[in-house]
Amino acid sequence: MTLAPDEQKAPVPEGHVRLTIDGREVIAPKGEILIRTCERLGIIVPRFCDHPLLDPAGACRQCLVEVELGGRPMPKPQASCTMTVADGMVVRTQHTSPVAAKAQAGVMELLLINHPLDCPICDKGGECPLQNQAMTTGRADSRFLEKKRTFPKPLAISTQVLLDRERCVLCQRCTRFSEEIAGDPFIDLLERGAQQQIGTAADKPFQSYFSGNTIQICPVGALTSAAYRFRSRPFDLKSTPGVAEFDSSGSAIRVDTRRGVVMRRLAGNDPEVNEEWLDDRSRFAFRYLTSAGRITRPMVRREDGELHETSWTDALAVAAKGLLAAKEAAGIGVLAGGRLTVEDAYAYAKFARVAAGTNDVDFRARPHSAEELDFLAAHVVGTTPDHLSFTKLEAAPTVLCVALEPEEEAPIVYLRLRKAARKRGQRVYHLGQWTTPAVERTSQSLGSAAPAAKDNLIPAVPGAEAAVLRDLPADVVAALSEPGAVILVGERAAEVSGLYSAVSVVAASTGATIGWIPRRAGERGALDAGAAPNLLPGGRLVTDAAARAEIEKAWGLPAGSIPATVGRDTDEILAAAAIGDLSALVVGGLDPNDLADPAAALDGLREVGFLVSLEMHTSAVTELADVVLPVAPDAQRAGSYLNWEGRLRSWEPALDPSGVLPDCRVLDTLAVEMDADLFTQTPAAAAGELARLGTVERKAAPPTVEAGVPSVPGFGQAVLATWRQLLDASSMSVDEPALAGTARPALLRVNAATAERLGLTEGAPATVRTERGSITLPVELADLPDGVVWLPGNAENSRVRATLGAGHGDLVGVSA
Amino acid sequence: MTDPLTPVLTRNWRAERSWSLAAYEQAGGYRALRHALTAHPDQIIALVKDSGLRGRGGAGFPTGMKWSFIPQGPDGPGAKPKYLVVNADEGEPGTCKDIPTMMADPHSLIEGCIITCYAIRANFCAIYVRGEALHPIRRVRHAVEEAYAKGYLGKDILGSGFDLDIVVHAGAGAYICGEETALLDSLEGKRGQPRLKPPFPATSGLYASPTVVNNVETIASVPHIVAGGSEWFRSMGTEQSPGPKIYSISGHVERPGQYEAPLGITLRELLDMAGGMKDGIPLKFWTPGGSSTPLFTAEHLDVPLDFEGAAAAGSMLGTTAVQVFNETVSVPWAVMKWTEFYKHESCGKCTPCREGTYWLVQILERMVHGQGTEEDIDTMLDICDNILGRSFCALGDGATSPITSAIKYFRHEFLDLIAAQPAVARPEQLAELSGASA
Amino acid sequence: MTAPEGSSPFDEVTRQRTKEIIARYPQPRSALLPLLHLVQSVEGHVSQEGIRYCAEALDLTTAEVSAVATFYTMYKRTPCGEHLVSVCTNTLCAALGGDAIFERIAEKLGEDGKPLGHEETAGEPGTPGSITIERAECLAACDFAPVIQVNYEYFDNQTVESAEQLVDALRRGEKPAPTRGAPLTDFRTAELELAGFHPDLAASVEGPSAAPETLRGVELAAERGWAAPALPDEMPAFPALPEKS
Repeated sequence: MTLAPDEQKAPVPEGHVRLTIDGREVIAPKGEILIRTCERLGIIVPRFCDHPLLDPAGACRQCLVEVELGGRPMPKPQASCTMTVADGMVVRTQHTSPVAAKAQAGVMELLLINHPLDCPICDKGGECPLQNQAMTTGRADSRFLEKKRTFPKPLAISTQVLLDRERCVLCQRCTRFSEEIAGDPFIDLLERGAQQQIGTAADKPFQSYFSGNTIQICPVGALTSAAYRFRSRPFDLKSTPGVAEFDSSGSAIRVDTRRGVVMRRLAGNDPEVNEEWLDDRSRFAFRYLTSAGRITRPMVRREDGELHETSWTDALAVAAKGLLAAKEAAGIGVLAGGRLTVEDAYAYAKFARVAAGTNDVDFRARPHSAEELDFLAAHVVGTTPDHLSFTKLEAAPTVLCVALEPEEEAPIVYLRLRKAARKRGQRVYHLGQWTTPAVERTSQSLGSAAPAAKDNLIPAVPGAEAAVLRDLPADVVAALSEPGAVILVGERAAEVSGLYSAVSVVAASTGATIGWIPRRAGERGALDAGAAPNLLPGGRLVTDAAARAEIEKAWGLPAGSIPATVGRDTDEILAAAAIGDLSALVVGGLDPNDLADPAAALDGLREVGFLVSLEMHTSAVTELADVVLPVAPDAQRAGSYLNWEGRLRSWEPALDPSGVLPDCRVLDTLAVEMDADLFTQTPAAAAGELARLGTVERKAAPPTVEAGVPSVPGFGQAVLATWRQLLDASSMSVDEPALAGTARPALLRVNAATAERLGLTEGAPATVRTERGSITLPVELADLPDGVVWLPGNAENSRVRATLGAGHGDLVGVSA
Repeated sequence: MTDPLTPVLTRNWRAERSWSLAAYEQAGGYRALRHALTAHPDQIIALVKDSGLRGRGGAGFPTGMKWSFIPQGPDGPGAKPKYLVVNADEGEPGTCKDIPTMMADPHSLIEGCIITCYAIRANFCAIYVRGEALHPIRRVRHAVEEAYAKGYLGKDILGSGFDLDIVVHAGAGAYICGEETALLDSLEGKRGQPRLKPPFPATSGLYASPTVVNNVETIASVPHIVAGGSEWFRSMGTEQSPGPKIYSISGHVERPGQYEAPLGITLRELLDMAGGMKDGIPLKFWTPGGSSTPLFTAEHLDVPLDFEGAAAAGSMLGTTAVQVFNETVSVPWAVMKWTEFYKHESCGKCTPCREGTYWLVQILERMVHGQGTEEDIDTMLDICDNILGRSFCALGDGATSPITSAIKYFRHEFLDLIAAQPAVARPEQLAELSGASA
Repeated sequence: MTAPEGSSPFDEVTRQRTKEIIARYPQPRSALLPLLHLVQSVEGHVSQEGIRYCAEALDLTTAEVSAVATFYTMYKRTPCGEHLVSVCTNTLCAALGGDAIFERIAEKLGEDGKPLGHEETAGEPGTPGSITIERAECLAACDFAPVIQVNYEYFDNQTVESAEQLVDALRRGEKPAPTRGAPLTDFRTAELELAGFHPDLAASVEGPSAAPETLRGVELAAERGWAAPALPDEMPAFPALPEKS
């Protein structure tokens, strides 16, 4: 064999090294962990504690390899999960080194001596790294004649995670995940040596919004899901990639079904979006698919005033007849809802213009404003990940969250912010009311100069956010002026007059990139699909004649058939319906209690002449509807969400789609009955047409609303601050007791001085009251501004809008 | 040629209230500090390098070199605060030199800390004393208080402009905290489990800042080196292992105790000074430097007890904790007891140590109870092979030393246990077997 | 931090001491080990309430504090007696009688023919004369083997008989003097000292000093006229400043 002279070797690129693994030369970036380099060569070194997204631990010692450095063999085998590559390194894995093979076999034997032989009944059996690697690396027989370690089992470390300690190999993936990724160090190693075990404090279960990830990354069957335990075998499951439907991140998931039933959901692996993580709601909440409230047949309200199941033909005929009559009368309003797929939203947008002949269409089933429409048209619609993405967010030097509580409202965004803060020292400011867990955990940095959490909170009295934002401290302005800085704004900005305008102004003056992060999965897609009163598909302005003409041409409509003025928004549609200025409503997904004024919303729904509801589950709308048309859940249809980045996230059905219809198909058929053609029979058809329309350049002017002035509380009063917690009384979290058990408690928060002024005692109940009703919760002291009281937005015993008819920034009475 | 015993560290231990500042100063204490403060810190590092002082905690790493790894300068890692952490978590079975040092002469440790901190430019020093050593903790705390009162600690020490604070920190019962990175985690208020290296403490130690971790005896040697110079220090011991060393002799000897001799002394000489074997019962086995150093036998009476000599004979110098056992002691029993210790003290972080010691204890207990097989011996050796060099830190390696060395020299005793199965099958006979009831 | 509850065993003095402990260190979390000692000085063990107390003081989760509290053997999970008697049963002490000592005092302190177990208590925990016994690992006093500690004070060169007398005296409420260390107090006071608060350090630091075993080498040297080479009359000059590389 002739060796090529050195100079003929490919040059090593800058920042890289050349090494040899099992006789093969490889170039690797400096700092790469050896086990990753091996993977790239297709050499799989067995491992347990190693996880590419966790800090190296080197604890299990399963991945030992032989290493030669500078021509000298290292005296001991090295853990390839902790060692970084070096130039000239020679590595011999189990494939070429008897020493490495023996070391690995030895560690495997030691891992198995105390492992129970309960694989046949273990959930992990069949997809278990320990089982698999025991087959490749383990001995055929056991030399262990002694007593195995046992523990009482299982231990419920929360209502949804069970721990079988004797199966645990103490790799610490779960504890490292909780500490590093989620920032919830509620599980930890307890005891020492052979008695060492994973556990929680006696008084505090593993209450984390991300706990399910520990089940998924557990390399053995030590952590299992209470809801899934003993329910099926991995090899009985059919896996389908999907997209999480609960928030606007569009997380990749894997839906595992068995005989037509979803058994579990796992995080998919998408480095660009959710990496390998998922929040517990997206993971565990899927029984809404089979809940009792699921509507399976069309229904029509007959003369007896009751809804009766009927055929699709009949229901659609009745609906079309009613809508056509309404169109001739005062007109039709369309409330699309925020949870639609892009394809469905497009169908609603088109239905409004083509079948109903109106711009009275809005996807916002929550407090909203005209300022918001202007903001979205000016800054958000049509943006793609080229503008702002998870990756860019992670790389940003500074992030300011405005009207956004990321852990509660966009948990995957929160994980990225925490990662960037922890690993890169990203500065994450929060314009809000108190130092929430998310504020604390996005202030923790591995660097020694981590800012204090309280320094990352920019406090504002509810209603004063816009004024505070326009007058930020100089150091915050400087930080936001760094290249790549980001301002994330949540949909709650609509609840504060002038806040969207202020965001626009600060972004313009600092050069920071704006990211809009709504809470629901469908809002961004609906915006781009044109399900808004000011926008046609692709960001085209309703007020732009050329844009209207373009759309009219594409849709085959006579010129001038799309109204030239901005339509009514959700509140206006409902108000018009209440007084007969609209004769019918087509409602997609809407809970009146999510709106700024639930009573007014109910009035509109009740008073409108004709109400058509497209719904998955019975709701307040169902009770008032004249025609109810059932629609398909995500698991039984193909579709896509446009996530907050503007990234299209598509999926195929995980379950048999026959017998259920997506909204776009229902609307298409309904339109045909009304003598209009939508061409949205399938999601693919709708998506194709929307894509062909393309996106136009944004040219709307940003809003210029003055900063509002906060209310001043009088005696016995406070200004209300509120937002929703991740796990609450949401209709889509029904039938999930295990998940609900990990919800954060509903507490009333207030600062010590205000508590004293109002006569409140920490731990004791206090009551928040308006003329509409009252909410009583235990008090917890927190660092809110003076005169402010915080309530969770939609907890079981704290349904703020429904009960109080009040919202963020309103004055409320507070007493002990 | 030096005398057989060369008391340097122990020289003042006989003084009345030797632990007090008055007694220490009477014997010339804190003069080295005054001298050191006239030097440039780098000169002190150079002096300690020249002296050849090697760490007295067991590993024998050159002390001056360790200090020189601390990054200095106004930028980068050199700009971070630097720390000295004194490892006084003495717990290696057989080791009992630091506790008498702190008890009898705490000021030599404090003076050493001040000089060391000055050299490495640290303004905070923690002395991590094992929690069970309550009286030494009192003595060291008292010495710290006296030193503050006298201006040896605090701001602008002796007008030098150098500031130093010392905290005496009590551990809480964990042998593993003698491992320097576990000690740092423990000092940071965490479970005492070893850290990944790299990064090494010199760049990322306490609070992720540059840190020197040194043993008590190492630091207590520093004032003497400053006072006597490197040549004087090197006039004791050997070329590679210079200086005096406290040898702690315990077990079946007539006069157990602390004997400070030049490195390189032999057990034969030490035994002679300690009055020979207790009651004349012959030597069976001994550890040169704690239970983690492979056993020696009577064959090794003339092995020079320095870093090279012990290693060449198949063991390690360790902490010069010479535990002497006579012929009444069953080797498998002793090994079982040590292995129980390692199992109890294994931190649990890595598989080989955690599971290996769990397994080995059960085999040894079974064997000692007369229920072993010849195969068990091979199994134990193989388990040791799977622990040694595979575990995360040296605790696992140390756990294998008694077993492999015992089987090497005393395999017949393990075999005898098997043969003697009917006679020793009852647990209550353990005491007879061990000689514990003698 | 929440306001102290009326029933909290951690009074104002303890809270003040907590602040002092935290102030000793460059970073607060370093205070956790001393704080757990402080908790034991109040409660005689580390209770769940003690864990919560530390967690609140240092802004940690109770899981993080539990992880630490269960790692170290000196933190007791159940209430300790007035005295903690630790018998070294590591190899060397055991061979010289440590195992026999433990067995004997365990039998002696046991009831109904059942010997007292490791970390079990004779008498009502905390009351005078109550004793918790434990098997200890090497106590770094091997030249005094077999050795016992009571509240971490050394009782050297024990025999089964002397150990029996020791526990008998403790049970009677007496406080025998240790071989090396301060006059005996109780477990809680020892824990308070470990936390860094010595009720009377000037007095307790005295105690018996270096014992005969400690001094054997240096006395033998004196007897035989052996010494280290003499120090130079003047402290030698330092090496030249190394060249900057």
